[in-house]
Amino acid sequence: MNTRLIIQIAYSLLMARWKQTLVAAIGVTFSITMFITLLSFMTGLNKLLDGLVINRTPHVRLFNEIRPDSIQPIQKAPGYRSHYHMVRSIKSGNSRQEIYNSGAIMERIAQDPRVLGLAPKITTPVFFNEGNIEITGVVYGIDIEAESRLFFFTDYVVKGQAADLKNVSNSIILGKGLADKLLADIGDIVQLTTSQGEQFRLKVVGHFQSGLQELDKTQSFASIKTVQKIMGKANNYITDIQVKLTDINQAPKLAKEFNKVFEIDAEDIQTANSQFETGTSVRNIISYAVGITLLVVAGFGIYNILNMMIYEKMDSIAILKATGFSGKDVNRIFIMIALGIGIFGGLTGLLMGYLLSSLIDQIPFNTAALPTVTTYPINYNPVYYFIGGAFSLITTYFAGFFPARKASKVDPVVIIRGK
Amino acid sequence: MNAVILEAKHIYKQFYDPVKFDVLKDINFQVRAGEFVSVIGKSGCGKSTLLYILSTMDTDYQGELLVDGVKMTGKKEKELAAVRNEKIGFVFQFHYLLNEFSVMENILLPARKLAKKTEAELKERAHFLLNKLDISKLAEKNPRQLSGGEKQRVAIARAMVNEPAIIMGDEPTGNLDKRNSEIVFATFQQLAQEFNQSLLIVTHDPEFAERTNRIIEMEDGRIIRQ
Repeated sequence: MNTRLIIQIAYSLLMARWKQTLVAAIGVTFSITMFITLLSFMTGLNKLLDGLVINRTPHVRLFNEIRPDSIQPIQKAPGYRSHYHMVRSIKSGNSRQEIYNSGAIMERIAQDPRVLGLAPKITTPVFFNEGNIEITGVVYGIDIEAESRLFFFTDYVVKGQAADLKNVSNSIILGKGLADKLLADIGDIVQLTTSQGEQFRLKVVGHFQSGLQELDKTQSFASIKTVQKIMGKANNYITDIQVKLTDINQAPKLAKEFNKVFEIDAEDIQTANSQFETGTSVRNIISYAVGITLLVVAGFGIYNILNMMIYEKMDSIAILKATGFSGKDVNRIFIMIALGIGIFGGLTGLLMGYLLSSLIDQIPFNTAALPTVTTYPINYNPVYYFIGGAFSLITTYFAGFFPARKASKVDPVVIIRGK
Repeated sequence: MNAVILEAKHIYKQFYDPVKFDVLKDINFQVRAGEFVSVIGKSGCGKSTLLYILSTMDTDYQGELLVDGVKMTGKKEKELAAVRNEKIGFVFQFHYLLNEFSVMENILLPARKLAKKTEAELKERAHFLLNKLDISKLAEKNPRQLSGGEKQRVAIARAMVNEPAIIMGDEPTGNLDKRNSEIVFATFQQLAQEFNQSLLIVTHDPEFAERTNRIIEMEDGRIIRQ
């Protein structure tokens, strides 16, 4: 009953000065709108930029690095265990790039519940021959189905059909930049030379554009079988296993585990692309800082209006106190007024923020580097709406806190006798 | 003899601004149920100061104050607020009605705070008071639309709504013309006679005081006659 009465009084005081109330609420609305829009847009953009790399990068990559053996034979000899070993001119051993026993490893990884899926891959450097010019490039042998499912390969094929890689024998998809250099359109034949000196002729079935121009100038894709054929390897030859996890944050832990279990090099995405994480978090911090600054400014607006209201309503406060409202009740009335402004302004702000971000979502955004994107990216994450709503309440509460305390301390005797 | 509603025992008060000055010196008196008491005295004799101490709003004094047999001295702000709400009704020189509320809501405000009766009972009580004070047609009006005398009568209705033990008034007719003063005085008298309401009214109008049951006269912070 008391709470209802206090809300009723707060409401009446608010409505009595509805223009001021509106101005205060618009301040909150504006800041929440900008907060939501800014964060949605900024993180949408972040996601897009990160996606450029992260979509195309496995969470954990298993491969064999060519490097000198860290344990040299002399160290294994029992007779020299307590000796100090000096071995000069160590060379990388005749280790192969191939992953040993790849079939069993893939089977084992695919059964792991933390793994979303895996895609085998072969990487091999080649020369593309265009007349007497040789262009260096890389051919990736991929499993087109797994690659499309896990790394959105099809999204980046801008011309031709990705599935033709499997359906047409001896086919290749060229990077956009590479295709431009080779003047190779779909249906054309390109000639390439492997590092072993073998020459092959492959049919172009598509163009690929990753958005990173340097890569598009060198990379091309063929099916695993085709690449195995080019290289003259058996059909279990695999150089990389790309693993995608259900939770990206597990990557470092799993990389370590795979490294130990399979005795193979394992690299997690966080190590491979640490700069993206940093960029993302810095941009997020900036967005939050701007949003919160806007809210604090709105908070000062509310503080001012409440302060003015208290001077205007001195008489009312005095008589409320004289007729039996305690200081705490008066305090609650003014807190309620501040929260009322916060709730009203905040809710409108959330709605306006949603509308403004949907509007931005409709603006065309075409860039050669990003073939799959047609409008500005927006991230409709409910977390931002939750934070925005919570912040509008917290700032208005604090904006109301001091004026309310002042109001609760008004001495009715001073006011009434002053008349 | 009727029960003692209000009792002051050896009340002293000083002002320290600009120099120490005794405003009230050894005030002792009682108000019994149904008494219509007026406090008179020259400007600055401390009569308003005394009233605000008696009203529990001013707690900075020495001595003891009892309302309805309960000691007020030393109580917390919140408890005193509850006492004012239930036991004491106020009528000030200025009406202090809230312009944001209608007349009816102004009257109901202290009653809603007390919250001892249902909304319907409270409305009935308010209508009853408005009828008695002959202002029932003003119920839904805004205080801004009322004349000075009407406002003061609404303020009296507000003071009465919780059936207080005593009504205190600080120059309730001070701002009114002769005719309206007459109406307000008649209203007080009606309350005293019809409801056996105790009243303690501070005034500097000797004519007003003459017509009350009992006069307490003050001079230089002391009661010189009661």
